[in-house]
Amino acid sequence: MLANYAFVGVFFVAAVIFPLIPIVAAYFLGPKRPTPTKLDTYECGLEAVGDIRVQFKVQYYLYALAFVIFDIEVVFLYPWAVAYGELGLFALIAMAVFLFSLVEALVYAWKKGALEWV
Amino acid sequence: MTEITIPPIDWRVATQLCIIFGWASVLLIIALFVPRSRIRVVGYLAIAGLVVAAGAGIPFWGGSAETFGGMLRLDTYSMMLNWLFLAAAAVVIAYSLNYLPKHGIEHGEYYVLVLFATAGMMLLAQGGDLIVLFLGLELLSLTLYVLTGFAYPRETSEESGMKYLLTGAFAGGFIVFGIALIYGATGSLNLAAIGDTLARAALAAEDRTYLYAGAALIVTGFGYKIAMAPFHMWAPDVYEGAPTPVAAFLSVGSKAAGFAALVRFLVEAMGSQWPVWAPALATLAIATLLLGNIGALIQNNVKRMLAYSSVGHAGYMLLGVLAAGAPGGMAGQRGVEAVLLYLLAYMLTNLGAFGVLIALEQRGELTWDINQFAGLWARRPLLASAMAICLLSLAGVPPTAGFWGKFYVFTAAWQAGFGWLTIIGILTAAIAAFYYVRIVVQMFTAEPSRETPAETDPALRAGLVIAIAGILVLGFMPAPAIDLVQRSVLATVGGQ
Repeated sequence: MLANYAFVGVFFVAAVIFPLIPIVAAYFLGPKRPTPTKLDTYECGLEAVGDIRVQFKVQYYLYALAFVIFDIEVVFLYPWAVAYGELGLFALIAMAVFLFSLVEALVYAWKKGALEWV
Repeated sequence: MTEITIPPIDWRVATQLCIIFGWASVLLIIALFVPRSRIRVVGYLAIAGLVVAAGAGIPFWGGSAETFGGMLRLDTYSMMLNWLFLAAAAVVIAYSLNYLPKHGIEHGEYYVLVLFATAGMMLLAQGGDLIVLFLGLELLSLTLYVLTGFAYPRETSEESGMKYLLTGAFAGGFIVFGIALIYGATGSLNLAAIGDTLARAALAAEDRTYLYAGAALIVTGFGYKIAMAPFHMWAPDVYEGAPTPVAAFLSVGSKAAGFAALVRFLVEAMGSQWPVWAPALATLAIATLLLGNIGALIQNNVKRMLAYSSVGHAGYMLLGVLAAGAPGGMAGQRGVEAVLLYLLAYMLTNLGAFGVLIALEQRGELTWDINQFAGLWARRPLLASAMAICLLSLAGVPPTAGFWGKFYVFTAAWQAGFGWLTIIGILTAAIAAFYYVRIVVQMFTAEPSRETPAETDPALRAGLVIAIAGILVLGFMPAPAIDLVQRSVLATVGGQ
């Protein structure tokens, strides 16, 4: 059974070697005429400005967390909606409890001011 | 299209869980509308919820049931543990009522998080399925990460929260991988079903490799939770930095919950593999006993010392776990009882000891150096006596609760054939007595090095009185407690 996975291993080794070949070849074959511009950090062709270690507003993270709440909600609601016909009342109550707990999380975040952009 | 049938649900099994979950959700909203100055009310409401949940369990005592397709269990074992968790949470909240405002960290979320953590512990005690155990562990851990870092912006608290998060998340990864491997080997996630599969037929060599690797990963994951050597390194740092009531909660609740799940996993699912896992776990138990007790020996910081001592106590409980898996009915049952009795005694004692630390901790940071206990007897005789009783109980000196815990664990281990392990346990207990008595000597004989003010409030006193009374009652009259743990059986132990 383990032999079935051998090709995964072969693939893995090939995947590592293949990109290494052009890099190594370029190192030996390519001409080297460095200039300050060539050695600079590549940033989409623009000149690099400032430090990368900057602080982001914490609101971005809160926003992302609030987004995840509704993301998960949709993930559960779609399969539930498809199978709802067979599931009956119990599923309705179960989903109501689930939605209620999500709404509660939103109310909490809202009241705590997580949705304000300051 | 096939008909989807929903199996009938036995709500009795989930009553206590539903009460705690529901009340925590309601309390989260209530806390939003309680004015800042009256946040204390949320703490009282949380205690009320814990009391109601504890009372709701009484009618079901003695029964054994399961529901949600065997995912949730209710046997006397889990009921006994649920009561321990609820009591520990109530005492911790009582400790916190004045601690939080004194340290300027009074928020309603604290009490809600304690309730959610308690629900996580109850899931760990009641889970009959690896997924439910993982769910309970995550619920418990996630809330505890936040509680550990609750003393924001105190740096030590943040540091300990971060350390706990990193090691805890790492441990969670171990458990998930272990669950996946065990599912691959046995084709089931249900503990009883796994136990059945393993007991009936020998697995293929390949599957056996996966099974043992998976079991080792799961034991490692829970090993972090119960602070078993060599996975104990987080404990001293986290206990030291966490707000003291949270450290108390960590040291008793989260450890007890880890043991609850570990015993269920090893006995119910892996019971037939005992000859394989017993030597490995015995090695870990020896390492835990030695590292915990010798580590505590060289600590001058009392909070860190208690952390190492809690590692050592995990070692004694591991002796009970080893005996719990022993074949032959009676020895195994004795092991489960030993773990429960030890947990009960350890819980009362550690809650008491941390209660005294909370009384000594003022707004300014305490360095927790041992000489701050110097001459405590002269200044606060009652606090000093309480601390002395707790330390003697931790050391296992009769007539305290700790003595009966150790006695039962050693007896169970001896009966299960772990003679040499029992001797190591007794030797390390003798080492442990040294560092506990060192504090007692400081309190009663040394001159006060500096005036450490100590304040107590009614709630803290009530919690301390419960803990100390529990230690003494259990110490002088162990019969009712022993009777209680002897009725607490894993539902499947009797059936095997």
